[in-house]
Amino acid sequence: MSTKNILIAGFGGQGVLFAGKFLAYAGLLLDQQVSWLPSYGPEMRGGTANCSVILSDTAVGSPIVSAPDVLIAMNLPSFQKYQPAVQPGGVILMDSTLIGEAPSRSDVTVYAVPATQMASDAGLTSLSNMILVGKLLRECLPALDTVRDDALRKVVPPKKAHLIEANQRAIALGSAFEG
Amino acid sequence: MAERVLMKGNEAIAEAAIQAGCRHYFGYPITPQTEIAAYMAKRMPKIGGCFLQAESEIAAINMVYGVASAGQRVMTSSSSPGISLKGEGISYLAGSDLPALIVNVQRGGPGLGGIQPSQSDYFQSTRGGGHGDYRLIVLAPASVQEMASLTVTGFDLADKYRMPAMILADGTMGQMMEPVALEVPEQTVYEKPWALTGTRMQRRHNIVNSLYLQPEELERTNLERFERYKTIEQNETRYDAYRMEDAEICVVAYGIAARVSKNAIDAARAKGIRAGLIRPITLWPFPSAPLKAAAEQVHTFLSVELSMGQMIEDIELSIRCKRPVQLVNRVGGMIPSPEQVLAAIEKAAKEGGARS
Amino acid sequence: MIVASRPHALLDVPTHYCPGCTHGIIHRLVAEAIDKLGIEGSTIGVAPVGCAVLAYDYFACDMVEAAHGRAPAVATGLKRANPENIVFTYQGDGDLASIGTAETVHAATRNENITIIFVNNAIYGMTGGQMAPTSLPGQVTQTSPYGRDVKHCGYPVRICEMLSELEGPEYLARVAVNNVKNVKAAGRAIEKAFKNQIEGKGFSLVEVISACPTNWGMTPENALKWIDDNMIPYYPLGVYKDRSAKEAEQ
Repeated sequence: MSTKNILIAGFGGQGVLFAGKFLAYAGLLLDQQVSWLPSYGPEMRGGTANCSVILSDTAVGSPIVSAPDVLIAMNLPSFQKYQPAVQPGGVILMDSTLIGEAPSRSDVTVYAVPATQMASDAGLTSLSNMILVGKLLRECLPALDTVRDDALRKVVPPKKAHLIEANQRAIALGSAFEG
Repeated sequence: MAERVLMKGNEAIAEAAIQAGCRHYFGYPITPQTEIAAYMAKRMPKIGGCFLQAESEIAAINMVYGVASAGQRVMTSSSSPGISLKGEGISYLAGSDLPALIVNVQRGGPGLGGIQPSQSDYFQSTRGGGHGDYRLIVLAPASVQEMASLTVTGFDLADKYRMPAMILADGTMGQMMEPVALEVPEQTVYEKPWALTGTRMQRRHNIVNSLYLQPEELERTNLERFERYKTIEQNETRYDAYRMEDAEICVVAYGIAARVSKNAIDAARAKGIRAGLIRPITLWPFPSAPLKAAAEQVHTFLSVELSMGQMIEDIELSIRCKRPVQLVNRVGGMIPSPEQVLAAIEKAAKEGGARS
Repeated sequence: MIVASRPHALLDVPTHYCPGCTHGIIHRLVAEAIDKLGIEGSTIGVAPVGCAVLAYDYFACDMVEAAHGRAPAVATGLKRANPENIVFTYQGDGDLASIGTAETVHAATRNENITIIFVNNAIYGMTGGQMAPTSLPGQVTQTSPYGRDVKHCGYPVRICEMLSELEGPEYLARVAVNNVKNVKAAGRAIEKAFKNQIEGKGFSLVEVISACPTNWGMTPENALKWIDDNMIPYYPLGVYKDRSAKEAEQ
């Protein structure tokens, strides 16, 4: 892997920024060059939130991901907005519980994960983000899985340390999902 | 080596300031720099420092003026509209020869503008911003690591030359996270015999002042200040050159625009176009000499900015208009894409320096 | 026997004040308080923009010249930087009650441990006699040539009354310097305002009703009388807030 440009997009409150931070920290723990750039401002409050994460073996240039290698789409508006931007040969990970549409792109690999449903079934409400991340690690970034627990400890605030285990379960669930 | 941690640019500025010995921060909330105030509010009380949310940007910069008068390291931060309000106080700091650090995490303007990143305060900061003849040392970070290191540099240069310094960042730099190693070197301690600490009945009173009613005297203070500025131009100009060795096209960009330009230059090189980047780290003093030297080597300059053509004037002045300089820009909170910059590079390569 | 001499905290330099101006008296009262409390070596004064702009040349303690209206913010910075210093501002009515209202109100509400000497002479003196926030209704000035019309430009600001509504401040008093009795009372109030700071009690402001014969267009003698006849009825003298005294009573 030389450079992975990842775009995570969804509603505010779905854990878009958190998922991005996890990936950035995992990259950092593997001594990669990383950047994490959130959308900010009023659009974060209830509107669409997105964040750009770049993991690279060389210095990161622009931190803005406009043509992602990997798109994690967590709701329909984000899916519709960013699907056309994905690099040919790239990957789309989508929460198929919330996105009823099939992808129109045929030059990308698509993983449709019913993440919201899976989270709900497993009692991991609000961790659909990490289920998608689990699938991402398995399919695209297996190296990051080796530092999963350390990265979680970096991004989960000490006050919420009890949530680490739930995050681990969510990642494992996503990772085990076939489809 | 210090551990690399992920930090937002705004937080890196705040932590670096504390490590550089800043114990006083005054500010007023404004997007996209509020993390600086939040960080200071959390940390300062724990280390015997002072965080105070001022009633306005104007009050904040004048509190800065007070602490600076006392000879201590002090900082304020804001974003574009708030910096305009601080303009008065910044002029007074310059006129009274007081060191202080001012951070501008720029957003789009004019007026209330927007909250997305911009570089449209270039003129305001590099020309001073307030009334009167004066300069600010203007530092333009292009990474979270530089947000930290240039904050330390800013305090040092401000003390060294007894003048205000500014970090000119933008919303992207403030909001993004990158690994940063906070290794703040031992700080040079500058003697400040002019500081207001009370006479202790041991000396004549010190006066911190910018009022000179005799024009001869005021002229003298201006001339002396500009002598100091000359020294700064000679000794403190900072820039970074990327793939310039054999370049035929020189992209000039700072901050986020430089990051975008690097991608475009790599893409151009992959297509066999010899492009390079000169990235000013100090916007004042502006790196005129390396640009002038580059004018002997390249046929075209590109000024990549998040503004309507501000830095381009400094480039043209630096190279005495010897080569064409083309503007590549987006404004209002939009950021040029690497593709836009690449297209401009390709066009310049085709034209080969012909003036349109 | 020396009956009276220049206070040590006041430098032996000629001042620029007009004949009959009462700034000289107020400067002296401030300097006497500094002498009496033995704080010259630790005191830092903040000069305003206005007639007292050159006060930094007159006081023997360390001095800083602030931007117009910003003295309370500058004093806040100084005091926070060096809490052991005694910090005072010396401001006129335009400086404190017009352009610097926000700084005044917020330093007061923070109970910033500083001393403010507020000189109210109901006019902008330095710029040549324009209407001040404290100019009286009907008062003729360069910018209210037909007399201050309160329907057009509003009413005078009563600072002590206004600030006394705040929880923050420790001490608010209004005094005058138009006769011996009033000058003596003014001296006591100013001394108390400094003493409060030494004792860490907090924000203490003394409003001093002052004369501006030049811009009022009067002889110095008539100006002092005008204070009695016009200023004091609108700006009653007295203590508007004294938290410690009140707490001691209870």
